[in-house]
Amino acid sequence: MSTLPLIAGLGLEAIIAWRPDGPRRVRDFLADVDALADRLPAGTALLNLCHDRYRFAAGFAAGLVGGKISLQPASQSAETLARIRADFPDVACLTDGEFDTFDLPRCDFPDLAAADPGSVTAIPRIPADRLAAVLFTSGSTGLPQPQRKTWGKLVANGRAEAAALGLDRAPHTLVATVPVQHSYGFESSFLLALHGGCAFWSGRPFYPQDIAAALEAVPPPRLLVTTPFHLSTLLAAGIDLPAIDHVLCATAPLSAALAAETEARTGAPLTEIYGSTESGQLASRRTTAGPAWTLLPGVQLEQDADATVACEGHVEGRVALSDVIELLPDRRFLLHGRHADVVNIAGKRTSLAYLNHQIAAVPGVVDAAFFLPEDEAGGGVTRLTAFVVAPTLSTGQLLAALRRRIDAIFLPRPPIFVDALPRNGTGKLPRSALQALYAEKTRHAAR
Amino acid sequence: MSEAIPQHTVDALLPEVARLIVEALNLEMAPEDIEPDAPLFGDGLGLDSIDVLEIALVISKHYGFQLRSDNADNVRIFASLRALTAYIASQRTK
Repeated sequence: MSTLPLIAGLGLEAIIAWRPDGPRRVRDFLADVDALADRLPAGTALLNLCHDRYRFAAGFAAGLVGGKISLQPASQSAETLARIRADFPDVACLTDGEFDTFDLPRCDFPDLAAADPGSVTAIPRIPADRLAAVLFTSGSTGLPQPQRKTWGKLVANGRAEAAALGLDRAPHTLVATVPVQHSYGFESSFLLALHGGCAFWSGRPFYPQDIAAALEAVPPPRLLVTTPFHLSTLLAAGIDLPAIDHVLCATAPLSAALAAETEARTGAPLTEIYGSTESGQLASRRTTAGPAWTLLPGVQLEQDADATVACEGHVEGRVALSDVIELLPDRRFLLHGRHADVVNIAGKRTSLAYLNHQIAAVPGVVDAAFFLPEDEAGGGVTRLTAFVVAPTLSTGQLLAALRRRIDAIFLPRPPIFVDALPRNGTGKLPRSALQALYAEKTRHAAR
Repeated sequence: MSEAIPQHTVDALLPEVARLIVEALNLEMAPEDIEPDAPLFGDGLGLDSIDVLEIALVISKHYGFQLRSDNADNVRIFASLRALTAYIASQRTK
């Protein structure tokens, strides 16, 4: 049976994490993992809700060693948790803060002060084919879709990313503004540490001043793992930043202008990552060097009729991608935007079909269509709008009803009330007609 | 913090902060329609974390101070328009 270590590229005495109270060696981490493994509830699945990256990592590792699957949903709504419980009846939550786990059994992250680092003699090895994690994506119906990841594939993803970023030769300390449970943060702050020889900051800085303080708290060289939105607010805040040696960006398209400004302000190269929860990370590019992406080591893309399929390497099976892709020679490709129905707001993904289904179900709505305007600002977050025929509803009533049905991030900002939608002879709504309506309505609003 | 700020100072600043929020977030409502004591999250204005960063940026530009997550009062600061305004009044440098 093939096995892979929990951690590679770091010895027992190396530092794997920095917390506000100082560094943790691999030896300390493994002692915490051992102590925690004894305290976790029985069962085959762990919903690890820890906000603290170090506690998440210890919980994940303790579960993995004990054969538990880490469940990582995109949201923690009551509906999602109910679905998880239906699929994994013996699931328990591991938490380190205020969180309503509804009626799921919970285990508060215990005090591990008694853990004995001196007793740790080796880094554990885990079967490569063990199911380690299930990440969830929101399907077009809104029901979470499970994406199963074996330990072998996760390790390969971490190694491929480390190689693409050059971290396997020059490790950095990772400071991430993204949650560790979601795919990008999971890959780029957790797997990249365990299998890229890097240490990570335990917190998740939010405000620009938090990001500066977190960077200050860890030794250089430093890699900032972030998103276009966090990056644009960080630069706009205009505060002094500690030295940054590399910036990593993903979850949404990054404008060439913001990439150039980031490099000018920090003096650090900016690498963008392309991937999806289904496929894992697939490619990277230095955004200022041009639009083409280069595949990570091992993975392949194939054109299959209309779709592009990712496979091989650390990709689980064959994954049809939701982007329009033009393959180039030498493992490079161009992205030409998403298939029309998929929308991504600040890294959260859904489909227009799902949103339209939800708004149509609101009592009083006669007809409605969500619409994602062209991104004019670049760097900022483009919000959805919706055209609504609902003569009896006020904006407040409509939004209150929608808030119960969809994630707040997808609420129309603002909804635009109209007398009728520009449906064509077959009842369809061409995007060009919606674009024209949007231009007309926003021009009126600007007057 | 807010205890030290006279009530009338906060009241006088409310309309300006309300206007900044409406402009920053492109909300389809008049600034005076934001209920000063209603929650900014959930069933009130329904703000999300992106909105919070947008507001934080506008506040830092307009009032000359930076918000920090390790501030123990963070949940209270964004509890309502009035709470946010009181915090701004206590921290502003311009």
